[in-house]
Amino acid sequence: MSAFSAIGNDREVDQNEFTPGIEPQPTWCPGCGDFGVLKALKGAMAELGKDPEEVLLCTGIGCSGKLNSYFDSYGFHTIHGRSLPVARAAKLANSDLEVVAAGGDGDGYGIGGNHFMHTARENHDMTYIVFNNEVFGLTKGQTSPTSPQGHKSKTQPEGNAKAPIRPLSLGLTSGASYVARTAAVNPNQAKEILVEAMQHDGFSHVDFLTQCPTWNKDAKQYVPYVDIQDSDDYDFDVSDRREAQEMMHETEDALYEGTVLTGRYYVEEGRRSYQQEKRHRGSMPEQPLAERYFDDDAEWERSFDYIDRHK
Amino acid sequence: MTNDELIWRIAGGSGDGIDSTSQNFAKALMRSGLNVFTHRHYPSRIRGGHTYVEIRAAEENVRSRGDGYNFLLSLGDSFARNPKEGAYYGEEEIKPLSENLDELREGGVIVYDSGLLDTDDIEDFDERVEENNWHVYDLDLRALAKEHGREIMRNTAGVGATAAIIGFDLDYIEELMADAMGGDILDANIEVLRDAYETVQEEYDVDAHDVSVPQGEHEEEQVLVSGSHGIAYGALDEGCRFISGYPMTPWTDVFTILTQLMPDVGGISEQVEDEIAAAALAVGASHAGVKAMSGSSGGGFALMSEPLGLAEMTETPLVLVESMRAGPSTGMPTKPEQADLEHVLYTSQGDSHRVVFAPSDPIECYEQTRKAFQVAWEYQIPVMVIYDQKLSGEYRNIPASFFDQDPNPSLGSTLTEDEIAEAAHDEFGKFERFRHDPENGVSPRSVPGQKGGHFLATGNEHTPEGHISEDPDNRVNQMNRRLRKMRSIRADLDEDERQDVYGDESADFGLVSWGSQTGTVEEAVDRLNENGYSVKALSISEMAPFPERKVRDFLDSVDEALVVEMSTTAQFLGHIQKETGGYGEMLSSFLKYNGNPFEPGEIVEAAEIEIEDRLDEPSSQTRLEPAAGD
Repeated sequence: MSAFSAIGNDREVDQNEFTPGIEPQPTWCPGCGDFGVLKALKGAMAELGKDPEEVLLCTGIGCSGKLNSYFDSYGFHTIHGRSLPVARAAKLANSDLEVVAAGGDGDGYGIGGNHFMHTARENHDMTYIVFNNEVFGLTKGQTSPTSPQGHKSKTQPEGNAKAPIRPLSLGLTSGASYVARTAAVNPNQAKEILVEAMQHDGFSHVDFLTQCPTWNKDAKQYVPYVDIQDSDDYDFDVSDRREAQEMMHETEDALYEGTVLTGRYYVEEGRRSYQQEKRHRGSMPEQPLAERYFDDDAEWERSFDYIDRHK
Repeated sequence: MTNDELIWRIAGGSGDGIDSTSQNFAKALMRSGLNVFTHRHYPSRIRGGHTYVEIRAAEENVRSRGDGYNFLLSLGDSFARNPKEGAYYGEEEIKPLSENLDELREGGVIVYDSGLLDTDDIEDFDERVEENNWHVYDLDLRALAKEHGREIMRNTAGVGATAAIIGFDLDYIEELMADAMGGDILDANIEVLRDAYETVQEEYDVDAHDVSVPQGEHEEEQVLVSGSHGIAYGALDEGCRFISGYPMTPWTDVFTILTQLMPDVGGISEQVEDEIAAAALAVGASHAGVKAMSGSSGGGFALMSEPLGLAEMTETPLVLVESMRAGPSTGMPTKPEQADLEHVLYTSQGDSHRVVFAPSDPIECYEQTRKAFQVAWEYQIPVMVIYDQKLSGEYRNIPASFFDQDPNPSLGSTLTEDEIAEAAHDEFGKFERFRHDPENGVSPRSVPGQKGGHFLATGNEHTPEGHISEDPDNRVNQMNRRLRKMRSIRADLDEDERQDVYGDESADFGLVSWGSQTGTVEEAVDRLNENGYSVKALSISEMAPFPERKVRDFLDSVDEALVVEMSTTAQFLGHIQKETGGYGEMLSSFLKYNGNPFEPGEIVEAAEIEIEDRLDEPSSQTRLEPAAGD
């Protein structure tokens, strides 16, 4: 019998089960895009029938990191930029958990950029939501890795000399096997994409446009948006890496020209997730490792079994 | 001294098989009934460069590398032959002979490969040989190796010659070769070995010197292990099944040993993008219910500072090991030093605290690593094991039966689902993961996936449910509770009756050491007492929480004490003073930071200077700082 009875139950889940009793109302600014992420995530979890106690949500630091406070599940509010290494290890330790990581664009593409690249490369079976508002919000409006060139702030008073990160392209070239962009202003699409991302076996990267009405007033509210799957103007194959790359490039450029393109960009089916690959190579046990510690009948190897080599 | 111990040094180029040859020879000596201790010296270079390994073997217990050595097998650097690299490599070929002469004792033996080296290239070689009464055997090891096999077997030829010169039975060596290789390679090696042995016996006078292999007998079967094995095996026996890391000398040894075992024991090893990730992965795996560890050396550990603080604040059990090498910055990557002590004790922002163990030999590495896991999982706190390049790579024999111990996979203060159902929950039914009230500071934990146990782990200050809060009362309660754990741990550790004092109990002069220098200090204590002084030593292997009472008792029992450490700024002495709040008047300091560990003779000399209140400087490359009261 599993030591983790919250995992894998087939039951109806109401999305309100994810609302904490202690602080049900988030303290994000009115009009903040982060509300949209919270709503979409709760909806997606309920749709997938996830028990709050089989979910581990790992966040970084920033307004986005507050997601944990308003989403009631097992949570790990980590440190700036480090949600991914914590999250992916938890998934390795107990592969039955539903693991989601989330953070802002500074957290994921800036300070945690190295972890983003490598977690995507390794194709861990988890979902990563990046709250992309093109600015640092919690520290009051500094230029971020996705801020456009020329963006003026207290830390870039003469205007940002740096070209912004291309988040979707970065996810793709790093090795993510599911890459999508959605927007807080498009709640239905956001929920659908999060459902797909969690169902996908591998690393799902969701760049989530979250408008910041406080520190990015001049920026677009990400409306009107275009769903590239619904539009006749765009026709490409999401399973083709080269076509996906081209579509991403166009999308990234368009955002800074005022056109908000969203949707699925790359979906690679059939590739083993990191967990599957490690098991395939015999470097990870078939059963969730954490279970063993709660099994009183488990046999434990000891160093004495290996001591002959030192004689 | 020459007759009761052999200190055999094999010197050559990186790539000449110095490591494997010395390992096998050390094992052969161990199997013959001797106690052995190895010391490895190597440069931070990929190829070429002069390296040596020393094996000290005696009937009695050996606790250090000893002073100097009495047998040199110099292969020369066979990787120094590329003429294109002439300017730099030109003189390197002879260095495994020329640069090892200073420490060779009077009456010592030299065997060198005359197929590769010409002693005319060494200034005053013949004069020095005569002056020091060295016995020189010039053997064409290269020709011997080539005759039966390949040139790389020069090292085997050297071992065969050694055996003939010191009167060691070839059977022990041949048995080990048969374990390690087979087929034509084995046959060729055995031919090389025997031919070298016979050549020396037939063509040289092997009785012209006093260096012979000592005789000994073990009461039970022995194994040859390093400090890194002690740490790795201690972790394994505590049920550690997750290790994450990034390669860095010398920590890589522990990482490699455990990584190679993991598939076989159903565990997971992760080599990751950097040390921030390495420590963060261990935190993540531990959070999800697995006994996990990570580690690094100084520079890598610097990157772990933040995940370390996160583990402390979220009360996630974590074991990190730190294998010190000479700093600052990249420093001297393959040389030992004990100068990361303050780095390990104090890194991470805020009033942070962690438990720090500092083992002194492979047995203590094993025992303290086990203790580290027990403390980490019981008290939900980061625990560090700090050691150094010397302890990491030095091999000693210990009884095989030592490892016949029960495994302990317990997750300590982690609850089962049944226990969670009985535990405190708040008005909204949320598990109280971080209660204010536990007397010993430990609030039992749940693990993701457990029914009824969900909570938020956060690096922010938080309420009993894990909710972020800056409420002053909650803050004070949580800080006080977390600090109470350190007091509980100290009380827990005090229950172990550790034997830390060595030497003459009534002595009024003390030596104080930590970590890898302890064996050397104890050997110095024996010699000082033999020389008519009255001396004892204290070895401290728990750095935090500090065994203050024990250290005070020791310091109060002597008139003065000499603190011995491999550091330039006397960090260990500073730590003792900070923790005990005094003793500056009576504590003198003996420091070495040239990249080599202390030899017992250096400590004997320094202690004698202090005891006799002399003003002379130590003769070796060390520094003696008098006590404030001197």
